Amino acid sequence: MLPIAALVWASRSDGTQAFWGSVTSPQAVAALKLTVGAAFIVAVLNAVLGTITAWVLVRDDFRGKSVINSIIDLPFALPTIVAGLTLLALYGPKSPIGIDIAFTRTAILAALMFVTLPFVVRTVQPVLTEIDKEMEEAAKSLGASELTTFRRVIFPNILPGILSGFALAFAKAVGEIGSLVIISGNLPYKTEVSSVFILGQIESGNPAGAAAVAVVLLVISFAILLGVGAIRHFTTRHDRA
Amino acid sequence: MRRYALRFVALGYLAAILIAPLGVVFYRTFQDGFASAWEALSTTETIHAFKLTLIITAIAVPLNTVFGIICAIAIVRRRFPGKGLLNAFIDLPLALSPVVVGLSLFLLYGRTGWFGGFFERHDIQVLFALPAMVIATIFVSLPFVAREVVPTLREVGDEQEQAARTLGASGWQTFRRITLPSIRWAVIYGVILTTARCLGEYGAVAVISGRIQGQTETATLRVEERYDSFDLAGAYAIAIVLALIAIAVLLLMTLVKPREGTT
Repeated sequence: MLPIAALVWASRSDGTQAFWGSVTSPQAVAALKLTVGAAFIVAVLNAVLGTITAWVLVRDDFRGKSVINSIIDLPFALPTIVAGLTLLALYGPKSPIGIDIAFTRTAILAALMFVTLPFVVRTVQPVLTEIDKEMEEAAKSLGASELTTFRRVIFPNILPGILSGFALAFAKAVGEIGSLVIISGNLPYKTEVSSVFILGQIESGNPAGAAAVAVVLLVISFAILLGVGAIRHFTTRHDRA
Repeated sequence: MRRYALRFVALGYLAAILIAPLGVVFYRTFQDGFASAWEALSTTETIHAFKLTLIITAIAVPLNTVFGIICAIAIVRRRFPGKGLLNAFIDLPLALSPVVVGLSLFLLYGRTGWFGGFFERHDIQVLFALPAMVIATIFVSLPFVAREVVPTLREVGDEQEQAARTLGASGWQTFRRITLPSIRWAVIYGVILTTARCLGEYGAVAVISGRIQGQTETATLRVEERYDSFDLAGAYAIAIVLALIAIAVLLLMTLVKPREGTT
């Protein structure tokens, strides 16, 4: 807790005006916009694709499923800087398949997709496994179509899982740095995300400016933690009663 | 039909984002033969970087394991003021950018920081040296053990512990003979996750290490340094070693996970 207090203290040391000056400097604003925007897009994409992946892993059956199931956790185990380098190898200037997205915003999205991949899958998968098949069968025998069954029976059950996976992926994407330093090129105003901006400010001897933007990220993280806590509280109220 | 479409989407997505890039790196590293990859790995700085990473991990993992178990027991078994806060804040390192963590430590231990003056008077180098790097790594990998142990402890319940107590076992005996065996696999799983995080940490360490080659450069920082000096082969070689460790971690996780439920 103490380091966090020191951070907030340092961001305010030059007064509120200097704090706002640092946060609203064009470069900081551009970086923050890019960070939050990219994180949001990635979290949405992962909410959809992650749910599909979890569905396939639970309901479908095919050869090598258990291998795929373990590979999902790879982004947790792989150092993020290695993740950035691997994506650059396939989608960079020397791409063997001719796709070069290096140093663009698309590259940022790809890297963030990679590092946040497991969150939604791993929050939805256990719920989907435990769901009562009888509920689905009851819905079907009452004449509900497959789509209606999914929308009215399955989806409400897995929604809390999707939401907390979404929130965690968003938090991770907002703070991500390791996978981005190599593949994004870090061009100010274009592909520089907030965490890289902070690193740059520290290295150029402006810790107060870095602290100001860091406090913004800190507030976002706190908000997400509160959100996840609220989801957890809301969904387990029956268990605790 | 729909089933195959879904399967295609899920597997295609995984292949494009996960499997194919990793395959290319393996290919690129070894296309000039095993010897050149080995040569890139055996430079003095690279060996030092790996050693440093291992030292940091060796210090951070045991500390976090002990802390994680204590925290988990406190959260599940005890009642004390501020428990809700502890429960919420234990997850903070997961939601917080590692750069922000690094910066906080930088401000705390820097020359003008709250603790900076104290360490400077006593001539102890914290920033841009091993102590700060260890602290940063401990911070970012803090929650993993506790997060794995908390649900297991809840599930196990405390009847056995109470039985042991009524039979006259001391607190330590109860912990060693009853609690620890029942949370064993959760602890191991948490340790594996912690180790992976420590080995791969980049953001926090990048801020507070100063990246002095041959001194405070860890393996992950070394990957970036090699890449920035246009030594792609060198960067790939180090990345491959880290990736192999990650795959080993993954295998361990797969082996441990099924047992976790059966204890």
